[in-house]
Amino acid sequence: MTALKLKPDVLTQRAWRRFKANRRGYVSLWVFSILFLLSLFAEVLSNDKPLVVYYESGLYFPLFKSYPETTFGGDFDTETDYTDPYVKTLLKKGSNWAIYPLNPYSYETINYFTKHPNPAPPSTDNLLGTDDRGRDVFARLIYGFRLSVLFAFVLTLIGIVLGVVAGALQGYLGGRFDLFAQRLIEIWGSMPELYLLIIFASLFEPSVLLLIILLSLFGWMGLADYVRAEFLRGRNMDYVTAAKAMGVSHRSIMFRHLLPNSMTPVITFLPFRISAAIMALTSLDFLGLGVPPTTPSIGELLAQGKENIDAWWLSMTTFGVLVGTLVLLIFIGEALREAMDIRRG
Amino acid sequence: MTNTETLLSVQNLSVAFGRTGEQQSQVVHEVSFDITAGEKLALVGESGSGKSVTAMSILGLHDPSQTNYPTGEIKFQGMNLLKLDDAALRRVRGREIAMIFQEPMTSLNPVYTIGDQLTEPLILHQDISKEQARQRAIELLDRTGIVEPHKRIDAFPHMLSGGQRQRVMIAMALACSPKLLIADEPTTALDVTVQAQIIELLEDIQNEFGMAVLMITHDLNMVRRFAKQVCVMQHGKIVEQATVDQLFAQPQHEYTKRLLDSQPKCLIEQTSAEQRQSWPTVLNTESLRCYFQIKAGFFRRQVGEVRAVDNISLTLRQGETVGIVGESGSGKTTLGMCLLRLQDCEGSIIFNGQDLQQIKSREMRPLRQHFQIVFQDPFSSLSPRMTIEQIIREGLEIHFPEQTAEQHRERILKVLDEVGLEESMLWRYPHEFSGGQRQRIAIARAVVLEPKVIMLDEPTSALDVSVQKQVLELLVDLQRKHNISYLFITHDLAVIRAMAHRIIVMKSGQLVEEGETEPLFTAPQQDYTRLLLQASLYREAQ
Repeated sequence: MTALKLKPDVLTQRAWRRFKANRRGYVSLWVFSILFLLSLFAEVLSNDKPLVVYYESGLYFPLFKSYPETTFGGDFDTETDYTDPYVKTLLKKGSNWAIYPLNPYSYETINYFTKHPNPAPPSTDNLLGTDDRGRDVFARLIYGFRLSVLFAFVLTLIGIVLGVVAGALQGYLGGRFDLFAQRLIEIWGSMPELYLLIIFASLFEPSVLLLIILLSLFGWMGLADYVRAEFLRGRNMDYVTAAKAMGVSHRSIMFRHLLPNSMTPVITFLPFRISAAIMALTSLDFLGLGVPPTTPSIGELLAQGKENIDAWWLSMTTFGVLVGTLVLLIFIGEALREAMDIRRG
Repeated sequence: MTNTETLLSVQNLSVAFGRTGEQQSQVVHEVSFDITAGEKLALVGESGSGKSVTAMSILGLHDPSQTNYPTGEIKFQGMNLLKLDDAALRRVRGREIAMIFQEPMTSLNPVYTIGDQLTEPLILHQDISKEQARQRAIELLDRTGIVEPHKRIDAFPHMLSGGQRQRVMIAMALACSPKLLIADEPTTALDVTVQAQIIELLEDIQNEFGMAVLMITHDLNMVRRFAKQVCVMQHGKIVEQATVDQLFAQPQHEYTKRLLDSQPKCLIEQTSAEQRQSWPTVLNTESLRCYFQIKAGFFRRQVGEVRAVDNISLTLRQGETVGIVGESGSGKTTLGMCLLRLQDCEGSIIFNGQDLQQIKSREMRPLRQHFQIVFQDPFSSLSPRMTIEQIIREGLEIHFPEQTAEQHRERILKVLDEVGLEESMLWRYPHEFSGGQRQRIAIARAVVLEPKVIMLDEPTSALDVSVQKQVLELLVDLQRKHNISYLFITHDLAVIRAMAHRIIVMKSGQLVEEGETEPLFTAPQQDYTRLLLQASLYREAQ
């Protein structure tokens, strides 16, 4: 029984050892994981609301609950604007105190009190300056990075699932089904994706969900071709005949025998697909066809950098984040590919 | 014609792979042998013994950045071939020393006609015009026994059969009348009757041109038939060197004795046909037919058909081995696929009292437990991304779902022990095993289900002779223990003689002859059977 339990561990351990053997990918994984984990807590790291407020012997958590300004002795019944200098003085009065996040701006906080005209260069107030509407660039980069990566992961996952299923069915069933599916893909693939996006952007309210759906509709075809070819090759191998002779069901043959042997294109293209997804979102935002304007987005920052060519802190920082992310992902993907290669011992 | 002058002299040759300074693996250790002009020398050994590596270094065909020669020299007519530069070496290749390879399917370039490929060395080495070269090529094709050479010269390699392609390869090698011909397993990929023809051709040509031949092979029958001198190689060393007569009469080295001994002898208990009458029948087919339609044209009209299996009736009893013998393309594998219902066919298949043709594929699934298969190529019959345990366990999960994982595990361990593998191998992947071990795994996968019938499709053809014998013994052992019936498909008559109770000879889909093993071997009734026997057992008679 102990040996039974041992088995999967041994296999994953070996895969992990192969992954670690690629130092570059291993370090990249750590760097990326830390950055991504931090960005998941962006609200705590970069926000215009204090984390904790101590006001007249009571503790308040503005991050999780909204309090009207009157709670802190202000004038309005609306939610407190913690960037207001008047509110700030109220929170510092006497024994009151407030702990602010490290970067006291959210992605849509406008700094009305900057000493420079917008876009403002980096200063002690705004570490990486502000954009042309006075929003903190550092905050927008953190939120934009998180959105891009999450978007890319979801889009890639959907693309892989659709592509693998479509390719597997075509390759395994072959014959007439394959013929019709292949023609369908050719027709579908010749549709002008970008024009469709422009049309849909004007028909519907632009949103992240709409973008994911639209890009998913077109993103699976390239992979389906490769998986189909792998299945076509694999289904004539002796081990498939052996499985059939053993009475293994079709589904089991597809998923247990053929799929693991057809994962090479999936794994190989994984890092490129993730980077392509990030680039797709970035370029659509750059063109103004992507997410709604208030959403923090790397592409929108790049577009601002183009508009304000002398505001180097806009274009250079965004460029740095974008390139860094893509490079890290590619390195990780490379190590992942080596880890999945069982022949490496 | 016999010339005692030494043509090629290999002295203390060692070959190592890997870059200098890094980890190197030495595969050939201080090998020495001489070939005089017109001599026939055979290098014999199992796969991995370094015989091909030795031959390749004579022509300098190894990648120089990956290969080192720590010691030794190769002297050809006084020149040390290892010290020659590229240009000088090219002059030797093809003109002085020619080589033919094992795989005639891949050693001809598929996009050129054989005429293009034949005239290339002629124009390169002999400085003659295109017309003359073409004329000479036709002569060569004619000499190597190609019918209608003036038409065939414009054929592409895929239009020729395996034997014809090997003839073309020989014609290419002969093009510049070399002094030495290196033949690397020239007949391994061919059918037995074709093998005999090719060997005869090589002998004729050797006599006529008076060149020396270095034959690399694992086939002892062929050595005996063809060579005069033999070098036996093991683990990169020459362990014995003698004339053919000496070696076969009085082998000196342990390994040579083992090699000679590994020719399969009768492994099964002799039983008479009457005795076996009482054994229950497990499989019976009546006039089985499998025709493939050839369709052509826009409307997919049927223009002909290939009769892969034509009216075959056979009976298999419990605990019995029936051999199905035939050359490639005789339909023996298709017959096996039909019996397993992996290929549609007509006629009745009664297995275990049930007509397999009448039941649906869903109902077929539980029956499959009793009818298993072991394939020829142990490298492609095991899924490369599954561990050995997953491979063996899969069938148990399907056919014995009521048993717990521990019970499955016990059975897996038991079967591993039976086929001679260790428990620690369970978590390894197929590529970590040798060919023989892989074949044992494939057998374990079949046997663990306790089947009534196992179809063995050339189970030993891809294995070395000594391993082949072990696997055959294992199969007989399992048969005795579990009373399994075998359908043994093979082209190797020596193997089938050792294994089968009864034999069916097939030719182009039809049954040529059927009978008890020994009578069939000693007194074949049909011409075709006689031809097969002659071709493959030409040395057995001695």
